[in-house]
Amino acid sequence: MARRSSIARPLYFLLLLLVAIYGTVGIGSATADPEDEGGASFAPNLALDLEGGTQLILTPRADDGQEITSEDIDQAIAIIRQRVDGSGVAEAEITSQGGSNIVVAIPGEVDEETVALITASAQMRMRPVLQVANPGTIDPAAVAAAQAAAESAATDPTAVDPNAVDPNAVIDPNATVDPSAPADGATETPAPDTGADGAMPAEAAAATDAPSDPATETATPEPTEAATPPTAEEIDAAATSAADLDGDGTISSEPLTEPTNPSDQAWLTEQVYYDLYTLDCTLPENRAGGSDDDLAAPLVACSPDGTAKYALGPVELTGSDLTSAQMAYQASSTGASTNIPIVQMNFTNEGGQKFADVTTRLSTSQAPLNQFAIVLDGLVISAPSVNQPIPNGEAQISGPPTDPFTRAAATTLANQLNFGSLPLTFEVQSQEQISATLGTEQLERGMLAGAIGLVLVLGYSFLQYRGLGIVTVASLVVAGALTYGLILLLSWWQGYRLSLPGVTGLIIAIGVTADSFIVYFERIRDEVREGRTLQAAVDHGWIRARRTILASDAVNVLAAVILYFIAVGGVRGFAFTLGLTTVIDLVVVILFTHPLMKLLVRTKFFGQGHRFSGLDPVHLGASVAAYAGRGRARTVAERAAIVANADTRTIAQRKADEARAEAEAAQAQAHAESGVDSDVVVAAPVGATDRVADGDRDTATGTTRTSDTTEENR
Amino acid sequence: MAGQFARLGNDLYTGKRSYDIVGKRRVWFIAAVLLVALSGVLLLARGLNVGIEFRGGSEFTVSGAATTSSGPAEEVLQGIATDQVARVSVVGGDSVRIQTDQLSQEQTEQVAGSLAEAYEVDRTAVTSSFIGPSWGADITAKAVQGLVIFLVLVAIVMALYFRTWSMAVAALIALLHDLVVTVGLYAGIGFEVTPASVIGLLTILGYSLYDTVVVFDKVRENTANVLEQTRVTYEEASNLAVNQTIVRSINTSVVGILPVASILFVGAFLLGAGTLRDIALSLFIGMIVSTASSIFLATPLEAALRMRRPAYREHTARVLELRAESGEAAVVSSSDVRPESERVVATIPGIHLGTTSQPRRKR
Repeated sequence: MARRSSIARPLYFLLLLLVAIYGTVGIGSATADPEDEGGASFAPNLALDLEGGTQLILTPRADDGQEITSEDIDQAIAIIRQRVDGSGVAEAEITSQGGSNIVVAIPGEVDEETVALITASAQMRMRPVLQVANPGTIDPAAVAAAQAAAESAATDPTAVDPNAVDPNAVIDPNATVDPSAPADGATETPAPDTGADGAMPAEAAAATDAPSDPATETATPEPTEAATPPTAEEIDAAATSAADLDGDGTISSEPLTEPTNPSDQAWLTEQVYYDLYTLDCTLPENRAGGSDDDLAAPLVACSPDGTAKYALGPVELTGSDLTSAQMAYQASSTGASTNIPIVQMNFTNEGGQKFADVTTRLSTSQAPLNQFAIVLDGLVISAPSVNQPIPNGEAQISGPPTDPFTRAAATTLANQLNFGSLPLTFEVQSQEQISATLGTEQLERGMLAGAIGLVLVLGYSFLQYRGLGIVTVASLVVAGALTYGLILLLSWWQGYRLSLPGVTGLIIAIGVTADSFIVYFERIRDEVREGRTLQAAVDHGWIRARRTILASDAVNVLAAVILYFIAVGGVRGFAFTLGLTTVIDLVVVILFTHPLMKLLVRTKFFGQGHRFSGLDPVHLGASVAAYAGRGRARTVAERAAIVANADTRTIAQRKADEARAEAEAAQAQAHAESGVDSDVVVAAPVGATDRVADGDRDTATGTTRTSDTTEENR
Repeated sequence: MAGQFARLGNDLYTGKRSYDIVGKRRVWFIAAVLLVALSGVLLLARGLNVGIEFRGGSEFTVSGAATTSSGPAEEVLQGIATDQVARVSVVGGDSVRIQTDQLSQEQTEQVAGSLAEAYEVDRTAVTSSFIGPSWGADITAKAVQGLVIFLVLVAIVMALYFRTWSMAVAALIALLHDLVVTVGLYAGIGFEVTPASVIGLLTILGYSLYDTVVVFDKVRENTANVLEQTRVTYEEASNLAVNQTIVRSINTSVVGILPVASILFVGAFLLGAGTLRDIALSLFIGMIVSTASSIFLATPLEAALRMRRPAYREHTARVLELRAESGEAAVVSSSDVRPESERVVATIPGIHLGTTSQPRRKR
């Protein structure tokens, strides 16, 4: 049998976890700047509905004075939402007002930076693609290896030409020529390769086709390839050394040679390489967009879903060169309409001329240089490749033949293009404090409801499970402490904010967490009904309950993860709470409830199935005959009788009792012999006679009883 | 009472008492179809009463108000339209912002006038405007997209876990039934659907699946080797599983519903309409429906799907034939207490425990 210390080990681990969580928060709050709102504290941050925040009223204005349609407002709201979500602010509320304004309400104080981010104009640019890379940062280990290899080859590390054989050969853009990359556009113009739209993971997979070439692979491998994730300093150092083309130790943003056209590789300056190596597109905060201002400079940008990263040349066309875009259906080679959705773009006269020049140049280039990126709000929404010049100012974007656009995807892209064709700037009308919409009353009442609910749950579990109710209470307390601690940590690290639906979700989680205890208790009872001893029932019941609990919690975690990554706004907050409580449920059941049961079942109260322990085998109707040793089984009635008449005396006590009984009997004998009425003497004292009877039975069945007791208590 | 309940649990577990749930499945199916149809009709005929978060509404701003409490605004709106839930907040110190459902031109004028009176300001200090939905179509689209992906993945996960597609299909149908009936009830009662109620609905999703997985786990355990013996049919074994988990289902539901009920009580009676009531109501309905469906719909449906397979049909026929030969009465007949010989009990063959059952040397 396992020793107590090994059973209690999970409990110590859990204690350590709790201490670690609250210790971190404590240290954080002790050292935090009290002015800093996002700092650690022992009260969680509250969301807009409970705490209020800042309300910005924005008026979008078109640069060229065009009229703004309601679709443009919707698109602008979507873009602002992406910016706000990306900046880590929880559950902002964004609405249109009066058909021409956009109201953004953000919980808590808003700093200048956030306002600037939100009001930055959403501009669409078209830039030539210079290089496509994996979304992660550079892997310092790979760089070191490449440098070592290059040095052993004794080539000149200070070569001015980036294409020369030097340590940078690993990121030589010309090496990315991959004959499989350009997708066949058939009769169409810009052939699609990367409709890197957030809604289309499959498309995005196509976008990463290009960097599958081993050369770029080495340049920016997935960070996960390293055994341990490199630190920011390591990445920085590795990126600096890899990007430092002329070996002078500084990162310059000047091209090494004068670029002849926007697709010229000379645009890949040291600064661009550095950005390319350090930008981590897998992090949502790097996909907030909003920074695409310098038209004449190259740019490093992510796709909105973070599956690819692009180095782009200077701007060739802006959104104002585009007149409109719409979803259409692809025409087959005979001119008949098919049902494959595409996006049709119409350029202005001037824009069409520029586009013709660009496509003429791009169509003769190799992949990925034949791609042009459509950058909306600093994110590459699409990067189709061009395989023939497009002279007439009309272009089409289609998905790869193997994986065409869906209708929705094409419509989204067309909307984005339309929005981009109308460069909007957001004017701040007002920035004001706004009070909570629900107020403290709702929160207090919510807490009250939670307390009532908790008491009811506890009352019910005591009623149903008697002594086991203590296990429920303790487990719920531990779950509550864990949840609160984690929320404190998350509101410190992640800017998580608790809204009223969030509070409600946590209250409801009380019941759901208690569910898994019930599944466990019922399993233990089932095992007792099967005739197992209590200790065996706890172990066996756990194995079965664990499987059930794991399976059902896995379903919940799945729901939480999917909703968190796909949904936006309030649903995302809900998914977060759901996932958090489910994981806590698992942790508490495994690390607390089960070890606690194992310890409790060793106590006399629970282990011997006291009437009020909730584990009383008779009460639970253990109805199966149990093995009594030596090839004999004992029926339920016999078992019950044994439990009822259990002899709890020690051997010494029993021997003493027997001896006393014998002595009394002898005394009685002596009295009888001396002529006193025997009946009277044997009847008194009453206690003594009882003992005699007991003792007699014990003597008679002594051997069997010893083995029985062992069986019952094992 | 608890004692009787535990005794009922014992009887259900041992098969001494048994409710024929799987056998009477036709009744439950008809009931479920009727409920779903009724919900569909209600949904189409009455539609959902969606809140301002979904369809936008009217907004009033009172500048320079004498008081910034929400009381006067609520009184004004109650006088105009009774079922309006006003969202009142203070903007910038002395302005009050009131959001409500879309009002007609006439009502807007009336409300603006009353508000000016209530907050003791000039009529010109009250401006009105209409606001767009904060829960726009794009949020709904993303949520639905997430839901569909989740359902597909969950079907795959369950099919792999239970190693049969019939359980995955039955669980999903039960889940859809729960969602449709809950939404239908919303349409029927006419309660306002707010983002909070949508979130409540999403919670039911997880809850319903949790319940069904627990019941199916017992079914799987009881029917693991059902084809290799000739004592009980698949339907009987799966019916026993439902009976054995009834007490657990009731207990988990009660424990789950108690906090929800207390929120609903506090939300509806102490606070009136609001976030708490919305979320608790959808959960309250959904939890009851999903508990019922995990017992009465999911398992019978699973058995029905199973019985479409020839192997299970032949097995049932063989068991019944053998039973007739030996002269025993049909086992699954009444729900009353029955003698030991007639009980359906789980047939779990004993296994050799190997060296794990041997005493270990102490270290």
